[in-house]
Amino acid sequence: MTTDTLPASYLDDGLTLRSWLATTDHKRIAILYALAITAFFFVGGAAATIIRMELATPAGDLVSDDGYDKLFTAHGVIMVWLFLIPSIPSVLGNFLLPLMLGAKDLAFPRLNLLSWYLYVAGGLLTLEALLLGGVDTGWTFYTPYSTMFSNTYVVLTLVGVFVTGFSSILTGLNFIVTIHTLRAPAMGWFKLPLFAWAMYATSLILVLATPVLAITTLLVCAERLFQIGIFDPAFGGDPLLFQHLFWFYSHPAVYVMVLPAMGVVSEIIPCFARRPVFGYDSMAYAILAIASVGFLVWGHHMFVSGQSLAASMTFSLLSFIVAIPSAIKVFNWTATLYKGSIRFDAPMLYALGFVGLFTIGGLTGLFLASLALDVHLTDTYFVVAHFHYIMVGGSVMAYFAGLHFWWPKATGRMYPEVWARIAAVLVFIGFNLTFFPQFLLGMEGMPRRYHAYPPQFQVLNLLSSAGAGVLAIGYLTPLVYLAWSLARGKAAGDNPFGAKGLEWETRSPPPTHNFDTPPVVPAKVYDYHADEPEPEPAP
Amino acid sequence: MTATTLTDAPTEPGLDPDAGKLGMWVFLASELLFFGGLFAAYLYGRSHLPAGWAEGSRHTDVLLGTVNTAVLLTSSAAVALAVACEEEPRRRRWTARLLALTAALGVAFLVLKGLEWHAEWREHLVPGPAFALHVAGAQQFFALYFVMTGLHGVHMVGGIAALALLARGRSHRRAWASARHVEAAALYWHFVDVVWIFLYPLLYLVSRHG
Repeated sequence: MTTDTLPASYLDDGLTLRSWLATTDHKRIAILYALAITAFFFVGGAAATIIRMELATPAGDLVSDDGYDKLFTAHGVIMVWLFLIPSIPSVLGNFLLPLMLGAKDLAFPRLNLLSWYLYVAGGLLTLEALLLGGVDTGWTFYTPYSTMFSNTYVVLTLVGVFVTGFSSILTGLNFIVTIHTLRAPAMGWFKLPLFAWAMYATSLILVLATPVLAITTLLVCAERLFQIGIFDPAFGGDPLLFQHLFWFYSHPAVYVMVLPAMGVVSEIIPCFARRPVFGYDSMAYAILAIASVGFLVWGHHMFVSGQSLAASMTFSLLSFIVAIPSAIKVFNWTATLYKGSIRFDAPMLYALGFVGLFTIGGLTGLFLASLALDVHLTDTYFVVAHFHYIMVGGSVMAYFAGLHFWWPKATGRMYPEVWARIAAVLVFIGFNLTFFPQFLLGMEGMPRRYHAYPPQFQVLNLLSSAGAGVLAIGYLTPLVYLAWSLARGKAAGDNPFGAKGLEWETRSPPPTHNFDTPPVVPAKVYDYHADEPEPEPAP
Repeated sequence: MTATTLTDAPTEPGLDPDAGKLGMWVFLASELLFFGGLFAAYLYGRSHLPAGWAEGSRHTDVLLGTVNTAVLLTSSAAVALAVACEEEPRRRRWTARLLALTAALGVAFLVLKGLEWHAEWREHLVPGPAFALHVAGAQQFFALYFVMTGLHGVHMVGGIAALALLARGRSHRRAWASARHVEAAALYWHFVDVVWIFLYPLLYLVSRHG
C-alpha cells in the first residue's frame, strides 16, 4: 500500500477494530453494513442452493418436507430482512447520501451506528433461531399456522425481525432529517440526485410501514405465548387480520427494495449514456407516487383469502395505478439512452439488466393484480418468478450495479473491468435461466413450497436449478475479484467514469469529513454532454 | 456551465437546531403507525363482537381510568410549561422543576395503572383458561386492553426516564440538557399523552353511555 504518500482518507483514520466498531462516520458504517449483509446474503443463498438441488428431481430425496419448509423460510427471512431491505439504503445510501448532499455526515451519526448494532443483533437472533432448528412458517408467518400449529422457533425469529425493524426505522428517520436539514445551501430539492429522492421516499416507507410490522410481530408472539385471541378464531379473532397487518408493511417493503434500485440506475444510465436523465421532474414525482400509492395496494396479496369483492376490485385498480409511475421511469430511462453515447461498462450492464428484468417483473405483477387470473396463479411458481424478477432481477442487479459504480469512490481502487463484465453477463443469464422457467411452471399449475412434484415438471425445474448454478457462480465471482482489487486494483482517481454529482467532487476514497474544500453545487443536475471528453480507463 | 460556489462549509452534523425536532416528529409518525396496528385490531374486534367488547369494557375500572387521564393531562400541561419557561430567560429556573413534576406525575400514572392491573389480575380478567367473562369477544377485548395499555406503559417508562434525566441534567447545568432536548422530550411526552386520550374512551367508555 502506498497510503502514506496519499492524504489520509476515512479508511486510514484509525486502523484498530475499535476505530471501526465505535465509528460514527457514515462511510465506515456503510462498510460495516456491507460486510454484514454480504455474510447474510451468502447464508440466504446457501439455503436457496439446497432448495434448487432438491427440486432438480421430482422425488423429495435430498431433504425432508419439514427440512424443506425450514429452508425456504430461512431463505425468505434472511433475504428479505437481512439482505434486501438494508442492502441499497444501508450500504450505498449510508455511504453516498451525505456525499451527494455536500454534508459531512448524516444528521444523527450515533443513531446511525445504533442502527447497525440493532441490525446485527436482530440478524444474530434470527440466525440463532435457524441454528437451534429453524422456522417452518414461510417468511410470511401466516396465522393460525404460526400461532397455533408450528412447532418451531417462531417467537425467536419474530423477535429478530422486530429488532431489525427498528434498525430500518432509525435509518429512515436519519435519512429524512438529513435530506431536510443538511443539503448544501445551493442544493434545492429539484437539484437532488434521483438517488437521494429514492432514499427519501424509501425512508418514508421505512418509517411509516415498519412500525406496523413491529406491532404485528408482537401480537403474533403474544398470541403464541399467551393465546390472547387476536388472530385465533376460537376466541373471536381473525387470521385475516394478520394478513392485513402483515401486508400493510410487506407490500410497501417491496418498494423499499425497488425504489433504491431505481435510484441507483438513475445515476448510472445518464453517466454511461452521456446524457442528462430524461424527465428529471417526472422521475422525482414518480418516485413519490410509487411510495404513496404503494401503501394502498396491500390487499392484492389477499384476493383468494375471502375478502369482499369490492375490496378486491379496489386493490386491483390501485395496483394497476401504481404501474403508471413505474412505467414512466422505464420510459424515461429508455429515453435517456436515446441518441446517447453509450458505454457498456460493468455498472451499465447491470443497470440495463435491471431495466429489462424490472420491466418483466412489473408487467407480470399486472397479471397477478388481475382478479380472475390471480385465482389461477396464486401460490404457484408464477408468483415466485414474479417477485424474484423484482427483488433479484431488480434490486440485486441494481445493488451490484451500484457496488461497481461507486467501488472506486469507496475504496480508491478500480475493479477489474473484464471480470466484472463477465460476472454481470453470468448473473443476467443465470438469473433468467433460473426464474423464467418458473413462470412456465406456475402457468402449468406447479404450487410453491413443496419439496416434491409430479414428473412432468422436471425439465423446467432442472433448467431452473442449472440456472441457479450459473447465478451462484455469477455472485461468487465479484466476491473474489472485488476482494482482489482492494489490494491489487489500479488506483481509481477521483472520478474514473466522468460522472456528475457531488460525491465525485471529492477524493477517492473520501477524507473523513468528506470534502477538503466545500463542493460546488452545479447549476444543473445530470449535466452530461455527449461530446464532452471523458476519462478513458486503461484496459 | 454556471456554478454557485459555497461560502460556508457543509453544515456540521447534529448542529442544525431543527434536526432534533424534525427527527422527533418523524419518530412520532413512526410511533403513530405502531399504535395504528393496534387500533386496526381494535376496530376489527369491536365491530365483529360488539356485545363481548361492551361486556369487557364494563369491567374496566372507569374511576381509576378517569383519574389517570386527569393525571396525565396535568403532566402534559407541566411539560408544556417547562418548554414555555425555557423560552424566557427570566423563568428558566423553573424548567427543571417542571420537568421533574412531569416525571413524577408520570410515575403516579404508572402506580395507579399498576394497581388497576393488579385488581384485574385478581378478578380473572387476564385472558387465559380461568378468564372470568363468558361472552364471546370479552377475552379478546381484555387481550387488546392489556397489550395497548401495556405498550403505552412501556412508552411512559421511556418518557419518564428521559424527563428525569433532563431535569437532573438541568439542575446540574449539564450542556446536553439543552433547550432542544427539552423540546424533543416534551414532544414525545405529548405523544404518549395523546395516545392515552384515544385509549381512554376506546377502552373505558365503550358502553357506558346508555
